Amino acid sequence: MSVQTIAMLVKLGAFLIVLLTIIPVMVWVERRGGAMMQDRPGPNRLGPFGLLQPLADAGKFIFKEDITPSESDRLLYLLAPVLALIPAFSTFVVIPLGPTIEIAGVQVPMMVAPAETGVLLFLALASLGVYSLVIAGYASNNKYSLLGSIRASAQMISYELALTLSVVAVLLPVGSFRLDRVVEYQIDGVWNIIPQIIGFVVFLIAAFAETNRLPFDLPEAESELVAGYHTEYSAMRFACFFMAEYAAMTVLSALAVTLYLGGWHLPGVDLASMGILGVVIGAAVLLAKVGAFLFFFVWVRWSFPRFRYDQLMAIGWKGLLPLAIINLIWVAAASLAGWL
Amino acid sequence: MELAIFLIFSALAVVSALVVVTHRDPVKSTLSLVVTLFSTGVLFLLLGAPFVGVLQVLVYTGAIVVLFLFVVMLLNLQREARSEGGGRLQRVFAIAGALAFLATSGVAIWRSAAGTAVGALQQDFVSLTAFATELFDRFLLPFEIIGLLLLVAVIAAYVLARRPEGSVAAAIDEHHAGSGAGGSEVTR
Repeated sequence: MSVQTIAMLVKLGAFLIVLLTIIPVMVWVERRGGAMMQDRPGPNRLGPFGLLQPLADAGKFIFKEDITPSESDRLLYLLAPVLALIPAFSTFVVIPLGPTIEIAGVQVPMMVAPAETGVLLFLALASLGVYSLVIAGYASNNKYSLLGSIRASAQMISYELALTLSVVAVLLPVGSFRLDRVVEYQIDGVWNIIPQIIGFVVFLIAAFAETNRLPFDLPEAESELVAGYHTEYSAMRFACFFMAEYAAMTVLSALAVTLYLGGWHLPGVDLASMGILGVVIGAAVLLAKVGAFLFFFVWVRWSFPRFRYDQLMAIGWKGLLPLAIINLIWVAAASLAGWL
Repeated sequence: MELAIFLIFSALAVVSALVVVTHRDPVKSTLSLVVTLFSTGVLFLLLGAPFVGVLQVLVYTGAIVVLFLFVVMLLNLQREARSEGGGRLQRVFAIAGALAFLATSGVAIWRSAAGTAVGALQQDFVSLTAFATELFDRFLLPFEIIGLLLLVAVIAAYVLARRPEGSVAAAIDEHHAGSGAGGSEVTR
């Protein structure tokens, strides 16, 4: 096998292990963090600080009865949870972990798929995520599930536009779709969050909507729709949706960090000249930034109430979209003038 | 390997396209359309045009068909009633359209068999810059015309969907619009 193939497999393995580890940790952070913000203890019985609680949760999910409603569309019903996992666990391939290094005379970029299409590939794969929600709700043959699906599809289309436009603004001065170029561009200049603060805010809000997190969790709004699109799901199939949500949050945070906060860049340290050590430090820096983002997700969830449906649409079309366009025009003008 | 992927995805594209037109359940038809468009995206990748392939998935599979699904699920979830073939005019146009399509693809196949095809994908077509230059320079006029076509289609859909004023349906609609704040607005 060539160096490239081996390097790709190693990167793939490392990414998957990290992603699969983040999910149970995030469940713990969510429950303990939420408890902290609501001034209650939260799960604290199992292990130190309740750290073993996610393990107990996983055990419970595995051994619970797996129910398929008799009037459901069986094939689609079983397909939906699997479809939920695919985009969540495939989009990370374009995120750079660290600087490009040279192994045995071969330049190895620190992303799993150094494709020229870069962030477009991320957006294309991420946009498929909505189908699992829609199929789940439709196949369940339950009115609450169906309402959740309809909401999910409308919400995704509305917020994807703003999200994509804010990403376009980042790519404009860089001149490439590859995220490692985006990071290099930020190392040479300033982090994109400074000239593109509007784009960053738009991206952040749209990211909440794309991952169905409060205050945008209308597809599963438990006070109106029981549990929305996954009302009928139980045991591991429910856990699949759960895992997909946390994985999607993690990869979107990683994308946000890479686009706006310099990715693996540590100011004042030249990681690119440190070889393999630079990659390790870079990956740790990236992970720390992603962690901060994930905590922000939890923080917002336990701080804000859910939007009404018409508010959701108004924010998406009348708020975020114009802001994203303004940001795009500003960045285009600034690039043309040579400021960026 | 490449041949295997091509065979799998082209077969998938054809079969799912047939399901789109034959299935009685509109939601399943739409979901088949997702498979068709995704498979075509993969075929573009195989042809060495990653941008077209990824854009195909991003725009069609990820956005436009979601919109289709939204409309289908919102409006009618019943199985399609077998209609008696529409009007005479519709049939004439359907046959004419099918013949035109067959003729076009026949010419294309004949030309590529004779080795006088319009041109295989150039290597620089793969890069984004060359792609953009082609699209916004050489093919600017077709590009703008397609944009116009889409605009006309939107207006046509609006005109077709508008209920005649004074009809019973319109009255009910008005009534609902008065009582519900957000929901009925979306339905219309």
